[in-house]
Amino acid sequence: MFRRLHEPEAAVTITVDGAPLVAGAGETVAAALLASGNPVCRQSPASGQPRAPFCMMGACFDCLVEIDGVPNRQSCLVEVRPGMAVRRQARPTPVGP
Amino acid sequence: MTIPRDFDAVVIGGGLHGCSAAYHMAHAGLKPVVLEKNVVARHASSASAGGVRRLGRDPAEIPLAMASIELWHSMRDMLGDDAEFRATGQVRVAENDQDMAKLAERAASVRALGYDHEVVLDRKQLRRLVPAVSEHCVGGLYTARDGYAFPYKATAAFRLKAEALGAVVEEGTGVTGVEREAGRFVVATNRGAFRAPVLVNAAGAWGAEIARMLGDEVPLEPVALMMMVSARMPHFLDPTVGCAGRPLSFKQMRSGTVVIGGGYRGRVAADGELTELEFRRLALSARTAADIFPIMRDATLVRCWAGIEGFTPDDLPIIGPSKAAPGALHSFGFCGHGFQLGPIVGSITAQLVTQGRTNLPIEAFRVDRFAGQAAV
Amino acid sequence: MSAINSGEIDLAVVGAGPAGLAAATTAAELGLAVSVFDENATPGGQIYRGIEAVAAKRGADFAVLGDAYRAGESIVRDFRASKAAYAPNTGVWLVQKDRQLGIVRDGKAGMVAARRVLIATGAQERPVPIPGWTLPGVMLAGAAQGLLKSAGMVPAGPVVLAGNGPLLYQLAAQLVAAGVKIAALLETRSERAAALPHLPAALMAGNYLAKGLGLIAAVKRAGVPIRRGVTELRALGCERLEAVEVAAGGRTERIDAALLCLHQGVVANVQLSLAIPLKHEWSAAQRCWRPVVDQWGNSDVEGIAVAGDCAGIGGAEAAAHAGRIAAFEAARALGRIDAAARDTHAASDLAAWRRHLRARPFLDALYPPAQGLVVPADDVPVCRCEEVTAGQVRDAVRQGGTGPNQVKSFTRSGMGPCQGRMCALTVSEVIADALGKPVAEIGTYRIRPPIKPLTVGELAALE
Ligand SMILES: Cc1cc2nc3c(=O)[nH]c(=O)nc-3n(C[C@H](O)[C@H](O)[C@H](O)COP(=O)(O)OP(=O)(O)OC[C@H]3O[C@@H](n4cnc5c(N)ncnc54)[C@H](O)[C@@H]3O)c2cc1C
Ligand SMILES: Cc1cc2nc3c(=O)[nH]c(=O)nc-3n(C[C@H](O)[C@H](O)[C@H](O)COP(=O)(O)OP(=O)(O)OC[C@H]3O[C@@H](n4cnc5c(N)ncnc54)[C@H](O)[C@@H]3O)c2cc1C
Ligand code: FES
Repeated sequence: MFRRLHEPEAAVTITVDGAPLVAGAGETVAAALLASGNPVCRQSPASGQPRAPFCMMGACFDCLVEIDGVPNRQSCLVEVRPGMAVRRQARPTPVGP
Repeated sequence: MTIPRDFDAVVIGGGLHGCSAAYHMAHAGLKPVVLEKNVVARHASSASAGGVRRLGRDPAEIPLAMASIELWHSMRDMLGDDAEFRATGQVRVAENDQDMAKLAERAASVRALGYDHEVVLDRKQLRRLVPAVSEHCVGGLYTARDGYAFPYKATAAFRLKAEALGAVVEEGTGVTGVEREAGRFVVATNRGAFRAPVLVNAAGAWGAEIARMLGDEVPLEPVALMMMVSARMPHFLDPTVGCAGRPLSFKQMRSGTVVIGGGYRGRVAADGELTELEFRRLALSARTAADIFPIMRDATLVRCWAGIEGFTPDDLPIIGPSKAAPGALHSFGFCGHGFQLGPIVGSITAQLVTQGRTNLPIEAFRVDRFAGQAAV
Repeated sequence: MSAINSGEIDLAVVGAGPAGLAAATTAAELGLAVSVFDENATPGGQIYRGIEAVAAKRGADFAVLGDAYRAGESIVRDFRASKAAYAPNTGVWLVQKDRQLGIVRDGKAGMVAARRVLIATGAQERPVPIPGWTLPGVMLAGAAQGLLKSAGMVPAGPVVLAGNGPLLYQLAAQLVAAGVKIAALLETRSERAAALPHLPAALMAGNYLAKGLGLIAAVKRAGVPIRRGVTELRALGCERLEAVEVAAGGRTERIDAALLCLHQGVVANVQLSLAIPLKHEWSAAQRCWRPVVDQWGNSDVEGIAVAGDCAGIGGAEAAAHAGRIAAFEAARALGRIDAAARDTHAASDLAAWRRHLRARPFLDALYPPAQGLVVPADDVPVCRCEEVTAGQVRDAVRQGGTGPNQVKSFTRSGMGPCQGRMCALTVSEVIADALGKPVAEIGTYRIRPPIKPLTVGELAALE
């Protein structure tokens, strides 16, 4: 959905759902996902619809991902770190009727 | 001065108890008016954890709770809305053998009173009902037909049904004084006077102020009870869970969010209407939740809040006739556990109004039981 | 520059945008022990996002981002050179009236106490509820701009810009300068006539108009197709955005797009000030809430002040002046300078601040949000988190939910993780519209801490 104007000065490799993704140092996780071809961060817990970063400033909470085992991190506020394990969030199993 | 508006009954307070009383009276053919200084369910009745719990009740409350649970189970028939009541059961968890012994003793004492709704769970039975419970928990106490409902919706359901039956709800209408005039109460508010032969004091944490207007003195402390709620989580829990050794009220709502409370106190702000949270104390609540449900450690909190509830010295509510003002009835000060009782206490109030008596024992909730004790 | 002052904090500043940075630098010069907390990794706030990286490594991007952006270099440099402590990556989830702050960083929550607090949390973009706005591929214009600033990223496929306001044209100009082809710029229709009486004041206020006209000219020169008078917008797609449907002048057309950038102006970010709670008022001109403050930024709570766009939109330059003004007042309140010295120090900032604010009534009136976006139709989701539509809000009103908090209880709007940041304004506007009352009377959600996400484990370990 986005492309970089320049090659990143320093590359940082993270994993997204287990697969490696190369990002630029200083980029946020959300930015890295937006440049990766698949911007989806999570399924909406209410309906399961896919969601991607919307505001990039910490307000909308649509960029929530699991980072290093902790769910619901705002990926637009967290910079990539080498080896960081990012997971897209599936809709939580509904409680039911 | 404008002419007072006449009704069959004036209900002061638009919380669950006021709306329930209004519904039951309207159902009995009376035309009540509910006076609410803010909006319906502004206070305890929307802040509530919504636990529909007979488990662990004071013996004096058990008969009322047993009658009320039947109303919860028939709420849809009664009101056309079940307030999302889910009968998922209530469990009280024991974290060690001493607590387990206390729970067993409790179950025995309830049985001795002739009730069999509280059942002891051993380690294995506890895990069958609550698979996510921490390894260290040894057992529990269980009531099957208990559960939880959505407090705001329960209050709104009583209100809407009462209105459909002819009751009137006046929001933004605060009561400032009460006078007697030819056998009727004249209730002064910021929006004119209301007049009726019957007055119901359902003013929650402010109930003692109304009682004083009637001539009844009650020591009542307004307390801010704190709650928190998580983001939606994957389904891991059905029953509502409490804890034998530490304050806890814990449930996963239908939406998947987890609501955590248990009675930790914040502060009532100076204006008496707002609350302030006490995060170091909420931290204790978080610790209990994470200890008993390890899955909660990484759960994200989306909101914390507190609701104002009136507490009496003996932790029991004030229910029944005024001592000083015949024709007035009290229903307030539910000490943090009046949600489950809402449906039945409104019915008791209506019975007292229409028949002058009730078939449930309410002696323990007398307004004058603290006579001689200083008011707080 | 340390992360948090080891000793007592005289002034805790929340937000490292122009307001917070200018305040911190000035207060530190006056000898105050200052700590700045910001949830981002680097200083600059919204307007100067990523400025240090651009200056150090991507200097060429200054040409794309423009002079207004470059102005941030000195503000950030002065701050770095000051004695103020700086805690980046640190969310402030709580400010108590007794001036204790709850902070969270790297999975650790803590509390710090300060003698004074300055809230400088800036602005957020006004939500733009249209059908399909939750689809991946639909973003706010400021989000796309933020990516350009902080990561040197630009849209990769066909991009459509829609809405109105200076930021939309600024983004268009920046994308054009970066060589991005814009498929269309769709300007929503709104009543402009109200702006004219404010024009003379705005002309005196600075070069806002010249800047704005320059941007529009640059976008036109680049041949960007512009549609004016847009009455309806719809984001189409299944799993992600595929096209934008637009109605203007009675004609509807479909434009293929991979990215739709929406904008309807910015509003004060009052999440923190509401949670304290400070006293707020409705700004009819800016159609948003703002805390009630005096010229020094003092709120109704002793020792807590507010500066910058979170006190009402004034722009970056006004924000920096307001930050300095608040710093002088902090020094006075803490007994470092007397009132006369404060007045002398602050005189030029006060004059400049007032001059910048004079442009606002014109800008506010020139770019009012379109009515159809402020009060959307029944089928439009207004709460993104819980997927509550405007129609459901209206239903709740019919059932007696006459305020935002009751509507929230009925519908779950505002109960999701964003805590109402994306729906509060719309919900209040929809209720006001349904009841035929002014928004000021309807109020807004009661906001409760933690206003930044905190885990149960983090709270349990609170020190
Ligand atoms: C955080 C919390 C959690 C709880 N959890 C549970 C639970 O899990 N299970 C359970 O059984 N119970 C629970 N409770 C208790 C239960 O919610 C309350 O007992 C119940 O809601 C009380 O209802 P009420 O109508 O008496 O009071 P309220 O809902 O407080 O209503 C009283 C109303 O009277 C109005 N009023 C007061 N003075 C005046 C006046 N002068 N004029 C006009 N109006 C006036 C007030 O504005 C208020 O709206 C909880 C309570 C809280 C606060
Ligand atoms: C997305 C966006 C883009 C903008 N772009 C431009 C532009 O290009 N040009 C322009 O003239 N104006 C722009 N504006 C308008 C902008 O508001 C002002 O120009 C200027 O940035 C205001 O400065 P400030 O210091 O008041 O706040 P900001 O610059 O917004 O700074 C506030 C800071 O506080 C931080 N913060 C907020 N809440 C918390 C919290 N609870 N805990 C920790 N940190 C917190 C934020 O992350 C931010 O860094 C933009 C506004 C937005 C919302
Ligand atoms: S993109 Fe909106 S919070 Fe991260």
